[in-house]
Amino acid sequence: MKVTADKVNSSLVKEVEEISGQKVSACFQCGKCTGGCPVVSSMDIFPHLVLRFAQLGLLEELLHSKTLWICASCQTCDSRCPRDVDIPKVIEALRLLLLRRKGGNRLHPANLSDRVRADAPQQGLVSAFRKYAK
Amino acid sequence: MRRTGVFICWCGSNIAATVDIDLAVAAAKKMPGVVFADQNKYTCSEIGQEMIREAIRTHRLERVVVAACSPRMHENTFRKTVAAAGLNPYFLEIANIREQCSWVHKDKETATDKAIALIRTAVAKAARNEALFASELPIERRALVIGGGIAGIQAALDIAENGFVVDLVEKEPSIGGRMAQLDKTFPTLDCSACILTPKMVEVAQSEKITIFSYAEVEKVEGYVGNFTVTVRSRARSVDMGKCTGCGDCMLKCPVKVDSEFDLGLIKRRAIYTPFPQAVPNKPAIDRENCRWFTAGKCRVCEKVCPAGAIDYSQEDELRTEKYGAIVVATGFDPKKLDNYGEYAYGKHPDVLTSLEFERLLNASGPTGGKILRPSNGRPPKNVAFIQCVGSRDKAKGNPYCAKVCCMYTAKHAILLCEKVPGARPFVFYIDVRTPGKDYEEFYNRAYEEFGATYIKGNVSKVFPDGEKLLVRSVDALSGALVELEVDMVVLANSVDARAGAKELAQKLSITTNAYNFFNEAHPKLRPVETHTAGIFLAGTCQGPKDIPETVAQASAAAVKVAALLGKDSLLSNPTVAEVNEKLCTGDMSCLAVCPYGAISEKMLEERRGRETVRRKVAEVNMALCQGCGACTVACRPGAINLKGFTNEQIMAEVEAICL
Repeated sequence: MKVTADKVNSSLVKEVEEISGQKVSACFQCGKCTGGCPVVSSMDIFPHLVLRFAQLGLLEELLHSKTLWICASCQTCDSRCPRDVDIPKVIEALRLLLLRRKGGNRLHPANLSDRVRADAPQQGLVSAFRKYAK
Repeated sequence: MRRTGVFICWCGSNIAATVDIDLAVAAAKKMPGVVFADQNKYTCSEIGQEMIREAIRTHRLERVVVAACSPRMHENTFRKTVAAAGLNPYFLEIANIREQCSWVHKDKETATDKAIALIRTAVAKAARNEALFASELPIERRALVIGGGIAGIQAALDIAENGFVVDLVEKEPSIGGRMAQLDKTFPTLDCSACILTPKMVEVAQSEKITIFSYAEVEKVEGYVGNFTVTVRSRARSVDMGKCTGCGDCMLKCPVKVDSEFDLGLIKRRAIYTPFPQAVPNKPAIDRENCRWFTAGKCRVCEKVCPAGAIDYSQEDELRTEKYGAIVVATGFDPKKLDNYGEYAYGKHPDVLTSLEFERLLNASGPTGGKILRPSNGRPPKNVAFIQCVGSRDKAKGNPYCAKVCCMYTAKHAILLCEKVPGARPFVFYIDVRTPGKDYEEFYNRAYEEFGATYIKGNVSKVFPDGEKLLVRSVDALSGALVELEVDMVVLANSVDARAGAKELAQKLSITTNAYNFFNEAHPKLRPVETHTAGIFLAGTCQGPKDIPETVAQASAAAVKVAALLGKDSLLSNPTVAEVNEKLCTGDMSCLAVCPYGAISEKMLEERRGRETVRRKVAEVNMALCQGCGACTVACRPGAINLKGFTNEQIMAEVEAICL
C-alpha cells in the first residue's frame, strides 16, 4: 500500500466526490464515525479510514474491502460528524464505482420489456439504473 | 519578650486536612512572648485580616506571626494589614506551614509537630524583628527598547504614546525585524509590509522616539529607575545628516554579497539598505565586504553621492544614557539545519526553508513574488512542506514546539495554490496545532477549499533524484507508505533564540531558560516582567510566538514601563545588606560574591590615640542591593548583615527549631 502523487491526483477521487456530493478532503480524521459505528466490528477498513484512503487515492484497497457491504447506511456517523461529511454517501459512491466497473453500461431503458416496466417495483428499477447505467 | 500574636490559617482543607489546627493554636499559646493565638479558615480573607487588626488593638500586640501559605503569596497582604493597625510592616513574620508542611506531608501527627516547630521559629524571629523603612529612589523618565522588530516597534510606540521618551536600539541598518521579511500574515492574509511599514514610519516620525540603528547595547549598569546603558552605534560610513536616501551609491557599488534580508537568495551591494521600505532609509557600508575597506581602492560611492554623505573616516560611537526602564525585544533566529542532512538542504537548490519560501512569495524578493524553482526557474507542481524540522525533536533539535509553523505552512499551502494554478501542496505533520482566533478555520480552508493534502507522518528522507526530489514517509493514519515525487521541498525550521541572547542576558542580569529564551518572572501572572526589576520582555525573545501575541505582549510591557515611569519615585526594598564598620576588616570578600555590584570600597578616617588612620571598609549601595544575602555568608568577621534576616534572627530561628 503506497501513496504517490499520481494516486492523490487520481480522477477516481474526483468521481467519488462527484457521485457522493461529499468533499472527502473535509475529513480531519477525528475518528468519531468509527467510534460510534454499530457494525464496525465486522469491517476490515474502519469508516474514518475509508475517508483517509479516499483522500490519498488508495481506491483499489477500498474497492476490495468488506466495509462497503457491511455498512448499513444507518447514518449514525453522519449525524455526529463534526466536519459535516455524509459518510454513508461516500461509501455508497464507492459501491457504485465498483458496480459500474463490474457491471458496465448494461441497462438501457429502451430494452426493458413492457411487462418489466409495468410490474417491476419502482424502487427496484431505480436501483438497477443506478448500478448498471451511467 | 515582645507581645506576639499568632494567627493560624486553615487555608480551607489545604492546611487543616494535614495539620491539627487546634493543637497548633494550643501550642502557640505557650510559646515565649505569645499573648494571643487564634485560627481562621482563610486568614487572607477580609474577616481574617480584621481578626489580626482587632487583636493588635485589643491585645496591644507588638509582633504578628501568620502561619499560612508561602510568604510569596500573602506576605505583602499581611504587611499592609499590620501597618493598617499601626505596626511597622516588618514586624510581621510568616510561618510557611502550607508549601513547606501540609502540602508535602501525609501523616497528620508529624505534620502537626512540624507546623508547631515552624511557628515557634517564626515567633522567635519576630521577637527580634526591627522596624525597617523603605527609602525613596528617583526615576529617570526615559525608556530603552532593545530590538526594532514588531515587538520593539509596538513597545516603543505605546511607551511614547504614554508621554515618555524612548530610545530604540536596532542591530541592523533598518528597523522592521523578521516581520519585514514576511510576505503575508495568517490568518487574514494581509500583506505583512502593508501593516508593518506604517508603524515603522510612525516610529520614525514620533518626536518621543529616537532610533539608533546599526547599534548594539554594550554595557548595562544600575537598577530599576536608574539604569545606565552604553550603546555602540557602529560606523555607518554614511553621514545620516547629509544622506538623502537617493540610492545612487547602491546602484553603482561594484561589490555584490549575499543579502541577509533575502537569506542569500539574491545579492546586495556592500553599501546597502536591507529592503526598499527601510527605516531609516539611509544605507550603511558593510566594511567587511567594501572594496575600499578591504583592498584600499574603489571609493565609487563617494564619487556618485550627490550629497557628499559618504564618510569613510567614521568611527563607532559610544553613547551612555540613563534610563528608568528597559524593554528587551530581540526576537528569534530560524533554526540552522546543519543537523538535518536527511532533508538535503543545501544539497539540492529546490529544498528551501520556510523563510526562504516566504521571500519567493514576496514581491520585493528574488523572484518578484513568483514561486519558481531555484534550480530551473520554472514553477513547481507538487510541493512537500515538512513540519517540525528541528522542533519537537529532543535528539538533535529543540524539544519544544515552535508554535508558528502549522499556521504559516497552511498559509504557504494556500498561497502556493493561489499563485501556481494546478500546484499541489503536501503537508507532512506530526500534529496540526491551531489555537488562535480564526486559526482553525484558516487551516480548514487549506485542505478543504484549496485541496492541500495533509499527511500525518514525519518525512524520513528527501532523495534528490535528478531534477526531482523524492520524499519518503508514511501516512500514520492509514498505515500506507508514502513515496512522493515533488518539485520543491519546504522545511518549517524551528524557532531558536537569537544568537547572542545569552550574552545580552548577562549584560542585563536577567536569566534565560535552557534554550536561551529570556525568562519571565512568572509564566502565568508576570509574563512580561523579568526577575530584574525594571526590565521587561516582549516578543519571541521570551519564547516562540506569533505576531498577534507578540504585539499584545509588547503593549503589555509598554504599560508596565509607563506605570513605572509615571511614578514620582520608587520605594526601595529595605531588606538590604548593612555593614557594621566597626567589625569590617576591609578584606572585601563580600565584593567578590555580590552578583549585583552593590558593594564598593570606602575609606574611613579614624582617630586612634593622637594619629588619624585611614582604613578600608565595605559600603552597600542600598539601591543596587537585592537582599540576596550572599555577602553575609562570605563575610568572615560577620560584619555584614542582611536587614530583616540578621545573623541574630537566623540563629534565633535555628535555636527555636532545635528545641
